[in-house]
Amino acid sequence: MEILIPLITMGVLGLLFSVGLVIAYKKLRVEENPLISKLEEILPGVNCGACGYSGCRAYAQGIVDGKTEPNLCSVGGNETAQKIADLLGIEVTQTVKKVARVLCQGTIALAKFKGEYRGINSCFSAQIVCGGNKLCEYGCLGFGDCVRACPFDAMYIGDDGLPVVIEENCVACGKCVEACPRKIIEILPVFQKVIVFCRNKDKGSLARKLCERACIGCGICSRACPDGIKLEDNLAIVYNPLNLPQECLPKLEKCPTKAIRVIGDERERISTQQRAG
Amino acid sequence: MELVAIFISAILINNFVLHYFLGICPFLGVSKRIDSAFSMGLAVTFVMTITAIVSWIINHWVLIPYNLDYLQIVSFILVIASLVQLVEMFIRKTSPPLYQALGIYLPLITTNCAILGLALLAALKNYSFIETIIFGLGSGIGFTLAIVLMAGIREQLDMADVPEVLKGPGIALITAGIMALGFLGFTGMLK
Repeated sequence: MEILIPLITMGVLGLLFSVGLVIAYKKLRVEENPLISKLEEILPGVNCGACGYSGCRAYAQGIVDGKTEPNLCSVGGNETAQKIADLLGIEVTQTVKKVARVLCQGTIALAKFKGEYRGINSCFSAQIVCGGNKLCEYGCLGFGDCVRACPFDAMYIGDDGLPVVIEENCVACGKCVEACPRKIIEILPVFQKVIVFCRNKDKGSLARKLCERACIGCGICSRACPDGIKLEDNLAIVYNPLNLPQECLPKLEKCPTKAIRVIGDERERISTQQRAG
Repeated sequence: MELVAIFISAILINNFVLHYFLGICPFLGVSKRIDSAFSMGLAVTFVMTITAIVSWIINHWVLIPYNLDYLQIVSFILVIASLVQLVEMFIRKTSPPLYQALGIYLPLITTNCAILGLALLAALKNYSFIETIIFGLGSGIGFTLAIVLMAGIREQLDMADVPEVLKGPGIALITAGIMALGFLGFTGMLK
């Protein structure tokens, strides 16, 4: 019988509190959009935060409120995005894949050096200590700050002393862009194949002395494709990659220093992109 | 006079966060901005005061008469869980932005050791009903004080030049430690 008293006591207490809560729930209930719960079921529910929200429910709320796109869930991928779009009756826009590009071709063989740098093995410290060991103030220092910053193993320093981006691994997170003390890495759309691989803004005569691959600002490319390329501070800039007609691409090969290049054998893909865009 | 002593002691000398080291989870989690820290402090204060009252009633009217002191923890947890649910529903209804700002830390008040600690300490010290209310209120205000001070410091820290390794939780814990040392200075206030 002894055991009955605590059992009954706890039971009665629990009952009292639960009745109180039920009443409070009835009084204080908040009507919520039922879509949010449905979306939450579709989402993977791992609450990873890759979409920029604190969890799957917050993301679902964001989608319903129209504050965000349904294609940001990297865990669920396109499949989840499609399901969400079907539920809400909206179109999914696939995001344009982007990739990091290192805008320098000043390899050990092609660029001129001030001297030998024997300090800490980091671009940042080389930049502070002596302004970099290359004569070109815009060129890649090649100590691999970007490689160390990359969380996806998408970069390595090639034999020529310049970082190489492995396109398949690169998710365009921008960590390397931040890490580079000279800001010569840019996040560019994958389809952009015409790239000026130089950031040198020196006058042509000086730039030519510093590096064999420097952009000397001669203007051959900007005259060949005025709709897509312009000249600014002695440097050619591809300002509209979608506006490069196919017939002007061969003319880019006339670049005297090969600073501007059409990468890969991609001329056809560029023109298809153009038609699509 | 006794009541004032309990009140001051709960706020400054026996501060729950900085003396007993209870309730560290919200103390570090919600102390990034002053306004949400203050709201969290108010929610905790409310829950603490009500918990103190209800747990005193249960302790003195139910547990002690039936010699069921050993059920204190279980029944206090029951009280706290129900009250937090109630507060959560109430905040969700009245202030959705605050509900968003408190986030997961609101339901976590349930498992906040500061609340259970309060109920158990009040029972342990054999406080009268009025004393218990004052103790609960003071403890809540003490928690609010600690978390708002912390949030103020952390807002400043955002702009300070903190060494890379200490950024985030590291510097927050060091700050909390120094604050605890500072509050140790109040110990001599009451004999």
